[in-house]
Amino acid sequence: MQTPVSHKIQKQQFWLTTERTLYWEEEKTLIVSDLHFGKTGHFRKSGIAIPQSVYKEDLQRLVGQIQYFQPGQLIVVGDMFHSHANLEMELFLKWRTDLGNLKIELIRGNHDILMDSWYEEAGIHLSQHHLTMSSFRFVHDISDSFVEKKNRDENPGNFYSFSGHIHPGIRIQGSGKQSLCFPCFYFGKKYAVLPAFSRFTGVGMIHPESEESVFAIVNKELIRMQ
Amino acid sequence: MLLKKSKGYQVMLSWFQSKSMKPFDFQEEVWKHILSSHSGLVNAPTGCGKTFSVFLGALIDFINENPENYQTKSHNHLRLLWITPLRALAKDIGRAMNEVIEDLGMQWNIGIRNGDTETSERQKQNKQMPEILIITPESLHLLLAQKNYPEFFKYLRLLAVDEWHELLGSKRGVQVELAISRIAHVLETGATYHFSVWGISATIGNLAQAQEVLISPIRDKINHEPVIVKAKLDKRIEVESVLPEEIEKYPWAGHLGIKLIHKVISIIEKSRTTLIFINTRGMSERWYQEILHVAPELAGAVALHHGSIDTELRFWVEEALHSGKLKAVVCTASLDLGVDFRPVETVIQVGSPKGVARFLQRAGRSGHQPGELSKIYFLPTHSLELVEAAALKSAMKENFIESREPMLLCFDVLIQYLGTLAIGDGFYPDILFKEILSTYCFRSMKKEEWLQILHFISEGGKALQHYDEFRKVEIINGFYKINGRRMAMRHRLHIGTIVSDSMMKVKFMSGGYLGVIEEYFISRLNPGDVFTLAGRNLEFIMIKEMTAIVKKSNAKKAIVPSWTGGRMPLSANLGIMLRKKFDEAHLLLENQMKYTGKIDIELRVLKPLFDLQETLSHIPNANELLIEQIETPDGFHLFVYPFEGRLVHEAMAALLAYRISRIMPITFSFAMNDYGFELLSDQPVPVDDSNVYELFTLEGLSADIQRSVNSAEMARRKFRDVAVIGGLIFQGYPGDYKKARHLQSSAGLLFNVFSEYDPHNLLLRQAYQEVMEQQMEEARLRDMLERIAKSKIILRFPERLTPFCFPIKVDSMREDLSSEKLEDRVRKMQQQLTREGKNTV
Repeated sequence: MQTPVSHKIQKQQFWLTTERTLYWEEEKTLIVSDLHFGKTGHFRKSGIAIPQSVYKEDLQRLVGQIQYFQPGQLIVVGDMFHSHANLEMELFLKWRTDLGNLKIELIRGNHDILMDSWYEEAGIHLSQHHLTMSSFRFVHDISDSFVEKKNRDENPGNFYSFSGHIHPGIRIQGSGKQSLCFPCFYFGKKYAVLPAFSRFTGVGMIHPESEESVFAIVNKELIRMQ
Repeated sequence: MLLKKSKGYQVMLSWFQSKSMKPFDFQEEVWKHILSSHSGLVNAPTGCGKTFSVFLGALIDFINENPENYQTKSHNHLRLLWITPLRALAKDIGRAMNEVIEDLGMQWNIGIRNGDTETSERQKQNKQMPEILIITPESLHLLLAQKNYPEFFKYLRLLAVDEWHELLGSKRGVQVELAISRIAHVLETGATYHFSVWGISATIGNLAQAQEVLISPIRDKINHEPVIVKAKLDKRIEVESVLPEEIEKYPWAGHLGIKLIHKVISIIEKSRTTLIFINTRGMSERWYQEILHVAPELAGAVALHHGSIDTELRFWVEEALHSGKLKAVVCTASLDLGVDFRPVETVIQVGSPKGVARFLQRAGRSGHQPGELSKIYFLPTHSLELVEAAALKSAMKENFIESREPMLLCFDVLIQYLGTLAIGDGFYPDILFKEILSTYCFRSMKKEEWLQILHFISEGGKALQHYDEFRKVEIINGFYKINGRRMAMRHRLHIGTIVSDSMMKVKFMSGGYLGVIEEYFISRLNPGDVFTLAGRNLEFIMIKEMTAIVKKSNAKKAIVPSWTGGRMPLSANLGIMLRKKFDEAHLLLENQMKYTGKIDIELRVLKPLFDLQETLSHIPNANELLIEQIETPDGFHLFVYPFEGRLVHEAMAALLAYRISRIMPITFSFAMNDYGFELLSDQPVPVDDSNVYELFTLEGLSADIQRSVNSAEMARRKFRDVAVIGGLIFQGYPGDYKKARHLQSSAGLLFNVFSEYDPHNLLLRQAYQEVMEQQMEEARLRDMLERIAKSKIILRFPERLTPFCFPIKVDSMREDLSSEKLEDRVRKMQQQLTREGKNTV
């Protein structure tokens, strides 16, 4: 893995990795999004043969990140699990027991449709809409959170949000009419969007403004685009 | 039995006489064969009564069997199964058949079964099959997915495949092969002897093979040689090019040809009804609007017809064509096939038809009656295309018509077919294996491959630990069956996927349905963008449940959808003719007056263009290969002109790029059209006379192709179709988008997953194989390199863009290949952008 890349938000120290994770140094917190655990199993159960190794590698990658940063807690900004329970969840639970001390916070994403009790038993603390820590807020789909805020007539300027959901990707064009596209981290003025952690996901193209920061994940390197 | 003495023949003859007609020799020949239960292929040009050759044969057979009560006997089971590639054809054919049956006073029923057939009608058919069923390959497979389907076919006498040349060479053709192999095995014992299979085909280069493919599934069951019956009817075709007044001012590139619209209007005015064939749906929209713009008096008398337009509207256009209400119809390949549109007197082909067979087919749409003259105009969309017109004329004169290569070992179709049988009556693999081997497509399938396929549908794949919890086909005591209801439903929805790209419905906000459009196109639109469909300007509002919601727009400018379909490459035959024509161009330039009279008018008109090309660069003879290297602000271009068609050029470009990139780290983007291809780089391309022959060598071709294909990602694109057909990508339930959401994934993603974790996956391998055989047309690529090895390579360094390279540079499809490290490439691209001071994204 390439050395994590430093990025400061509101004077807090964050580290970006090519493994699609974000580490918050002051709070010893690892932040990830869109793990989609169990997705390959869900496909297989429906007669679409996707090999399990995809999922196993995702899981191992997450363990690797946890061993590297040794965080006190893991925040998942939604879509931790893909669909209904299947055997792949068993694998997750086994892994969960091995890391019993790790606190896991999940902000419910549109894919997280398991029973509340399931999360409880798995030692995952579930937040239905958002989670707030000091001046930071964690949500799944940033567009949802704006709507809600407007309704509640709350000043959105107070918080900087971390979100997921859209699996952001960026297109880069060069001369000779070359064009390539990569998953990326996006940092806007008010909120950030994390890349999908699972490698069994596609990307949704984003079109950032010039003053916003974007880091593309190019193979084993993070490249700052702007 | 002697045909002419038979009761059936007598009945039919008097019917012909009542219409003041008489049967053609080839029709009688087919009847004779049908009465002897022989199988075979009829070859006749469109509009020469080929439908009647097979259909009346079935009637004669029935009358002979029931000479006393043929008029009263009803409920005769399914006797004639008529497979047709296009839904639109079914109604016309049914109508023509029904007329005869009514005239003869018989009690036969005709049923139509395809995607447009109502459920109630289908259920009625299930209870009581009509004597004739007109069906598409997909619907036939859906029929095989029903329980007790063998009951339907028990007494079948004749299976006819209409427009077999269209189906052959496509995966739908493979569906037909498989269906025949199954049906031939469910016939009542004893009925087998009377069963025959007939194909109806227009002229193609490999008629004998077409027949072999069709008959293959029953070859072991019959004890006669299958026949080919050819109609010896001369179809007179007259070709005329629409010539620009001043060739100097006619565009070198583009694909519209709209500059010549005034000439089109006068052609329309002169004839009763004119069909205007446009190569793509997008351009047909443009043409339609332009015609109305230039000649508003034609409003109401001009219509638009293409595959994305709502079926009802298309039916209306076809009806209006029949009755002669329309003056002109702008259409795409959607009107290539079809029964007669008698009022059509004239056909205009806009842009290259890409092949001789297609051009003939389209010409045949006019004068759609035996003995009548077919008149076709060729309208070039850019100046060089006129050479193609000359090449087409020569090819037609020499009867140099393309072959349709049948597809081999389409595992995706087979996987789908096994699922189909598994939701119907289920199957025992050993019995089925023999049947499948009887088809041409799968005759060389190895036992090992078969076992792998069985694994794939029952366990998910070979490496079992990978596919924990997989559930699709269940095996109970060796019997393969799908039991899950949702699984079965999803599979049924898959059966139609062979034809459709990923299409999205287009609806008005208020609810009116407009047609369908490629999801790819919609995905690039932003709300508020205006595009055209079905001749209207529409503003895109949003996507909701797999439907694009739009409203009417008065905007003057609209984006014309670039549909991906219909992008046929130039055929090999036309390529050969084209190269020969440039020899003639040389004669013209050398002012050899004694020849000029014999030289095609199209070439003579192009003389100023040839002069310029020769001055700036060179015009290649048939035994030369021209390479041009030009520097522009875009970068360093290398243009090569093999005239072999877009697909071969794509492969060749990848190969050449790969070979050059071995000399030094370099990145290319490449572009191609039917005449040649371009490699474009941000640094000078190291090609000169010291290494150019080496770069085109045949040596190491296979290995180099493999490597260049990997980098060029052609397989990834092919994989999309394969994965959809093979059931890996589920496109959702109609109007039930939400429930399928957790099963959405993209082909690109699946491609990555399999490449990394299960590289031996059957469907993945098939994608690669298809790339080699069809996309790269490896055989043709080899031929081309052999030809180049024997030719002289001419290297030129023109100071500016030439007439030859212009169309490639301006409008073509792009790909890229790189031997630089990806990370370095991105950095370089970024630097270039910063230098230019542009904003990245």
